[in-house]
Amino acid sequence: MGKTIVEKILSAHTDTNNLRIGDIIKARVDFTFANDITAPIAIKYFRESGARQVFDKKRVGLIPDHFAPNKDIKSAEQCKLLKEFAQEYEIENYFEIGKMGVEHALLPEKGLVLPGDVVVGADSHTDTSGALGAFAIGVGSTDLAAVMALGEVWLKIPPTLKFIYSGKLNKWVSGKDLILYTISKIGVDGANYKVMEFSGEVIKSFSMDNRFTMCNMAIEAGAKTGIIEPDEITLEYLTGRAKRPYQIYKSDTDAHYEKIIEIDVSKIEPQVAFPHLPENTKPISEAKGIKIDQSIIGSCTNGRIEDLRIAAKIIKGQQVHSEVRLIIIPATQDIYLQAIREGLVEIFITAGGAVSTPTCGPCLGGYMGILAKGERAISTTNRNFIGRMGHPESEVYLASPAIAAASAILGRIASPEEVK
Amino acid sequence: MIIKGKVWKFKDNIDTDVIIPARYLNTSDPKELALHCMEDYDSEFVKKINQGDIIVAGRNFGCGSSREHAPIALKAAGVSCIIAQSFARIFFRNAINIGLPIFESEEIANQCPEGDFLKVDTARGMIENINKDRAYKLNPLPVFIQNIISLGGLREYVKEEVKRRERDV
Repeated sequence: MGKTIVEKILSAHTDTNNLRIGDIIKARVDFTFANDITAPIAIKYFRESGARQVFDKKRVGLIPDHFAPNKDIKSAEQCKLLKEFAQEYEIENYFEIGKMGVEHALLPEKGLVLPGDVVVGADSHTDTSGALGAFAIGVGSTDLAAVMALGEVWLKIPPTLKFIYSGKLNKWVSGKDLILYTISKIGVDGANYKVMEFSGEVIKSFSMDNRFTMCNMAIEAGAKTGIIEPDEITLEYLTGRAKRPYQIYKSDTDAHYEKIIEIDVSKIEPQVAFPHLPENTKPISEAKGIKIDQSIIGSCTNGRIEDLRIAAKIIKGQQVHSEVRLIIIPATQDIYLQAIREGLVEIFITAGGAVSTPTCGPCLGGYMGILAKGERAISTTNRNFIGRMGHPESEVYLASPAIAAASAILGRIASPEEVK
Repeated sequence: MIIKGKVWKFKDNIDTDVIIPARYLNTSDPKELALHCMEDYDSEFVKKINQGDIIVAGRNFGCGSSREHAPIALKAAGVSCIIAQSFARIFFRNAINIGLPIFESEEIANQCPEGDFLKVDTARGMIENINKDRAYKLNPLPVFIQNIISLGGLREYVKEEVKRRERDV
């Protein structure tokens, strides 16, 4: 019987033969990374492990992005730990403010995570890199310390759910809408311990930015990771970026899947996930009119150049609603610079929006856009749990950059079609 | 290890933002994290629980972020064991890695109300509801994971492995 892309990648990274679902293996890791929240604990445990050096200085990333640029003294202390550790252990991929970006946008952009890789990151949205055809999983700090010391991770061979998207996309429907729709169909634990493999003609037609968005939110269905087979679009993205050779794997046509789920996208409208779970999704036609106080466009989910282009297209020549704060956060410095060159930043600022240096900031209620009691935000981020963006009695609605942009102008959740 | 504790019940999909809100993640000090454990869900939780108490929850406990601060905060707040219908996978790994015993059981999640006392034999996977005089036998953890636990967690495993590799060089 054939193999899935994930089974092939894992077979190539372990000495165990004839892998079966449920087997526990030790897999060699190609790239590992942590941020200013998860790294401090990992660094402490790494130091205690007795390891003299990290397994490979070129394959460890340290990215202060969550509460950085430092939001307070405690955050500054945490970020300092990363910098000192990087200096002491000569870790090449430490990204200081000014070069830093939101880790899951930055690492693919810099060509540090590649097709066929096993990627282990101390952040749940590590699955984002699955869009390149890598097996990329999020772990905690103790696991990360183990990977830094040993260059390997223990894991269980997961079953795969295959999603096939076909049909003609409706206007304004993006990767964000498809993943929100998919999560609403299977639930926030619908893929727990499993891989979500995204495929079909719609995925093949998608840009890398849309693919990253979809894989990014596989974790919101509980998945071990999301993955997309590399194709010409992937190879084009990698040209001039890839920092080392890589291997392309594809699923066999007779591969075994736990389940195959076919989705006709022609029936899908832009989606909005209501508080307080990403599965509470409704089509925009049923979400219109909800008053908002804030609109966030950014994050590892939707802070890439295409996201900013779509937002700018809607916002151009308009004014942000007088009762709304629009905060736009390009996910990396390169994206920010590109947005400046294309005139997008000018469009946002002229409209009354605020544009920030890259940070995860508001997505997890860190800073740069915290909600007060009773306030409501539309956001292109990935979670709308209780208190996620601030006060426990605030609310977050998740949507695409197009919906977040239109809502910022109209002061209520709205479709771009309503913007005159 | 034998654990005895009072049950605190939680619903489905208890996420890591509720277990420890991100606004407190500018520290990794277990004592400090424990002060804010579950505060957006039940602001009195930390005051109410006693050392050794047990959480019994529904589906998908610990969903959301990879923050190890979540199981650390629970453990430091006094929680000795978590039994849920199911766990989100990163939380499951993190709990095992820091030595917080966790078990999956739909029966216990459905049948044990808040306030009952449970006795848990972690090695044998035996759980007894003292109030109801009822026992449950759970599936043992995979051998590889049991080995990690018997070494005292993943940190000890890594120390052993680092030593072994140095010897082999």
